[in-house]
Amino acid sequence: MRSVRVFFIGGLLAYRALFSWLSPWIFIPTLLVLPVFQILLFAFVGRHAGLESDEFYVIGNAVQSSSTPCLAAMTMAIAGERYERTLGVVLVTPARRVPMFLGRALPVVANAWACSLFSLLVGGTLLGVGIHAGAWLPVSLVVLVGCLSCSALALSLGALALRLRDTSTLTNITYGVLLIVSGANVPLAALPAWLAAIAEWLPLTHAIAAARLLAAGASFDRAAGLVGRELLLAVGYTTVGLLALRYQEMQSRRHATLEVA
Amino acid sequence: MSRLKRLGRMPRLVLVVWWLHLRMLAVSAFGGLMQIVWPLIFATSALLMFRVTADEQVLIYATLGAAAMGIWSAMATTASNMLQAQRWAGTLELIVVAPTPLAVILLPIALAMATVGMASMGATLLWAGLVFGITVPVASPVEFVLSLVVTVIAMALLGFLLSVAVVRYRTAWALGNVLEFPGWLLCGFLVPLTLLPGWVTPISYLLAPTWGMAAIRESAAGGDPWRALLFCAGLGLAYAAIGGLISEAVLNSARRHATVSLT
Repeated sequence: MRSVRVFFIGGLLAYRALFSWLSPWIFIPTLLVLPVFQILLFAFVGRHAGLESDEFYVIGNAVQSSSTPCLAAMTMAIAGERYERTLGVVLVTPARRVPMFLGRALPVVANAWACSLFSLLVGGTLLGVGIHAGAWLPVSLVVLVGCLSCSALALSLGALALRLRDTSTLTNITYGVLLIVSGANVPLAALPAWLAAIAEWLPLTHAIAAARLLAAGASFDRAAGLVGRELLLAVGYTTVGLLALRYQEMQSRRHATLEVA
Repeated sequence: MSRLKRLGRMPRLVLVVWWLHLRMLAVSAFGGLMQIVWPLIFATSALLMFRVTADEQVLIYATLGAAAMGIWSAMATTASNMLQAQRWAGTLELIVVAPTPLAVILLPIALAMATVGMASMGATLLWAGLVFGITVPVASPVEFVLSLVVTVIAMALLGFLLSVAVVRYRTAWALGNVLEFPGWLLCGFLVPLTLLPGWVTPISYLLAPTWGMAAIRESAAGGDPWRALLFCAGLGLAYAAIGGLISEAVLNSARRHATVSLT
């Protein structure tokens, strides 16, 4: 029961305390308006390049834009403890680490999911890209799975951020890698083979492909393989993240570097 | 000190503040790396898209635009946060009480940011050459360099205007972030203005980088960049004048309400 409380209540409290972008003055421009402009930018670049349809860029960038709230919020919700000088207090508690850290991921996923769907709706409306009413539910589910795997990657980055000083460099570069490699703007077939191979192991690649399939009217069965791979990545990155957090905790205790920024 | 003597010291002041701020920017690993890498990320995405279907001329068009995007990024995000950054560093009061007009201190800071943007431009051109094998031919090198210098100065003046225009917005960096993508679109860095909706064109024409980019492209192609350069310089001067007026107004307001150091 205590772990359930730590997971839900502790997770939400930590998220609200440490994710500073929840202020509307940051949230609206950064997490709602910026992704819409990202969609418009790449849709027009795509028109000029004559590469793909507007729908391709609307869906690709709407799903990829979930990486901003996932990466920023998750790293802040973990590394923020160090900057607030509360990491020591958190780590001396007997609370189990798995619910403590995974509980923080839950609001991260929910927020990223809502932001991504918002940009999909607004970006699509502005460019006249309509998604069939029946496709919204499966597309939403796929976006949710994408947010799960991206937050899982961010959990691993959060562990790294306990060591690094510039967490924003880490999240910005990861966002950039996902932008280039995930197939949001450049079809995987047009990427160099080694980049396309990396894409298979990164979050959002399969979610973007699945969302495009479903939006085009395919049945969920056809996208199930892609969704399954995205879920597997989520499980894999979560495991790596939790192990990395455990390792960082042990190292920081051993070397007395708990809150050394 | 006589007014004439004070005016005579201005160029030295501008040079010293520009150099000092450039050195401050250079010691920030995060700032330095991101100023170079961030535009490179978008340039890479765009060039990967263009190289699939586009011909050589379009690739050169995109490469020049992608290279100049870094200067806009340096302006939009960093310059928007310029005064807030001084506040957080605890140096805003010192700048405000100095006998030098605030605008004369802010301008070279914006110019230093634009100079870093130029470094990002160089890095992007190098990246395009090494990774994508795209070489940008420059038919009129003198006009090209002149266009670049005028564009950078005009963008710095726009940065100055932005910094004082959004000073009341506490998280100005977030506002600056939002301006990044629309700026790339509106100024025609990657997409010709003819592809954008018609109502956008007047907005684009009010932005100096639109003319600066046109001048850079014209001079690279061996065309006539002078008309575009004139508009770019004229708009830059207009930004400086408007920015100067706004800076005086917000400064007076901050003094009257004792809000200079409020974060």
